[in-house]
Amino acid sequence: MSESQVKPPLPYSARDVVLPGDASCHGCPIPIALKVLSAVFGEKMILVIPACCTSVIVGTYPGQSLKASIIHVPFASAAAVASGVAQALKMRGISDVQVVAWAGDGGTADIGMATVSGAAERNEDIFYIMYDNEAYMNTGIQRSSSTPRGAWTTTTPILGKGENKKDVAKVLIAHNVPYVATASIGYPHDLYSKLQRAKNIHGFKYIQIHAPCPTGWRFDPKYTVKIAKLAVETGFWILYEYYNGKLIISGPSRPLLDSSKRKPIEEYLKLQGRFRTITPEIINSINEYIESNWSWIKKLM
Amino acid sequence: MVKIKEPENNVKLPLSRPIIGVAGKTGLWRTMRPIVNNEKCTSCFQCEIYCPVNVIRVEPKLGVTIDYDYCKGCGICEDVCPRSAIIMIPEIGE
Ligand SMILES: Cc1ncc(C[n+]2csc(CCOP(=O)(O)OP(=O)(O)O)c2C)c(N)n1
Ligand code: SF4
Ligand code: SF4
Ligand code: SF4
Ligand SMILES: [Mg+2]
Repeated sequence: MSESQVKPPLPYSARDVVLPGDASCHGCPIPIALKVLSAVFGEKMILVIPACCTSVIVGTYPGQSLKASIIHVPFASAAAVASGVAQALKMRGISDVQVVAWAGDGGTADIGMATVSGAAERNEDIFYIMYDNEAYMNTGIQRSSSTPRGAWTTTTPILGKGENKKDVAKVLIAHNVPYVATASIGYPHDLYSKLQRAKNIHGFKYIQIHAPCPTGWRFDPKYTVKIAKLAVETGFWILYEYYNGKLIISGPSRPLLDSSKRKPIEEYLKLQGRFRTITPEIINSINEYIESNWSWIKKLM
Repeated sequence: MVKIKEPENNVKLPLSRPIIGVAGKTGLWRTMRPIVNNEKCTSCFQCEIYCPVNVIRVEPKLGVTIDYDYCKGCGICEDVCPRSAIIMIPEIGE
C-alpha cells in the first residue's frame, strides 16, 4: 500500500449494508465477504439463503443485520427459489435488483447440488455464491464433500477426512454457464472486480469464496485473513475466472503457475488445529492434489 | 429496499427489519481491545476492509476510529495492519 493512498480500495458503500453487532463468531469470514458483495450491489440485492451459518449471523426475526432483502429458505431450494425470484422480477420489469443465492459448501456441494445444477442448466439470470468454509459449521463441524483431505471434523474425528475436496467450480464449468470464478476473503479487491465483471453478464454466474472459519478449522480468530492468503500462496486454493470458454488466472495466483513460487503447504496446515494429527503421507497426497489441480488449470488456459 | 405496508387488521407480517446489534452489544464479547496509534497509520484501509464487524472507519484526515460498542475483539485488524499501528491489549472494561 502506498502512503499517498487516501481513498479506500473498495467503494464507501461497503460501510452501509453490513450492520455491526451480528451473531457471527469472532473473526468470522462471512461478513467480510458480505461487505464486498454490498460494495457492488448496495441495498439493491435479494439474498436467498438456505440454512447455514449466514442464516444465524444475519438473524431472522424481528431484526436482521443486513440492509438488503433476505429470503430464508429450506435446504436444497436456494437455487430454485432464486430462479423464481429472478423470473418474477423480470416479469415485473424490475432490472436494478440483483438476486443472489448465498449458500455454504454443505448447502451447495452436497444438499443443494440438484437445484444448482438445474438452475445452471436453465441458465437462470442469478448469482450463485458458495462461501466455502469446508464443513457443516452451523451444526457443529461435520464433514462435507468440500472438506479437504486430512482435515479433522466431528464426523472424521480420528484420521481426518480420507477423500479430497470436491471441486464444485469445475462441476459448474462442465455446465457451460457464462461465468464461473473462485475467490477468497483474503483478497476482497479480487472478489470485488469479479462481481463487477460478472454483474454485466446475463445468465448463471457462480462464484466460490474460500472462507477460513476459526471455529471449525481450530485457529486463532485473528488469523482468518492470513490463513485465507496462505491457502492461495501455497497454491492450495487457485483464484481464477472462467468465461467465454477460457480460464483466466487471477493476479494473486498468477505467479504460482511456477510451482517454485508456491509456499510449502505446511505453512498453511500448521496454523490450523484441524490438521494437527496429519501424517507425512497425507501431506504428500495433498501436494499431489495441488499439482493435479494446477495441471488441469494449465490445460484450460 | 422496498417499504412494505403492514396490513391494517393487526396481522403481523413475518418481515424482519435491519437493525444494528441484532445479536446485542457484541462489544461485551471482547476479551482483547484493539488500540490504534494514529501516528503510525498511513490510511491504507486494510483494517477497515477486513473488519468482520464493520466497526472500523479510516478517515485520512481524522485517523482511525473503532466502535467499541460492537467490536468483538477478534484481532484481525492488528494482524492485517502493515504498520503495526493497531495492537490488542487485555480488555479491562469501561
Ligand atoms: C433439511 C435440513 N437438514 C438439515 C438441517 C440442519 N442444518 C442446518 S445448517 C446445516 C449446515 C450447513 O452447512 P453449510 O451449508 O456448509 O453452511 P455453514 O453452516 O458451514 O455455513 C445443517 C446440516 C436443516 N436445517 N435442514
Ligand atoms: S462457525 Fe465459522 S463460519 Fe460459522 S459463524 Fe462461526 S466463524 Fe463464521
Ligand atoms: S478487533 Fe476485530 S471486530 Fe474489533 S475492530 Fe479489529 S477487526 Fe474489527
Ligand atoms: S491497517 Fe493500519 S495503517 Fe492501514 S489504515 Fe488501518 S491502522 Fe492505518
Ligand atoms: Mg460450510
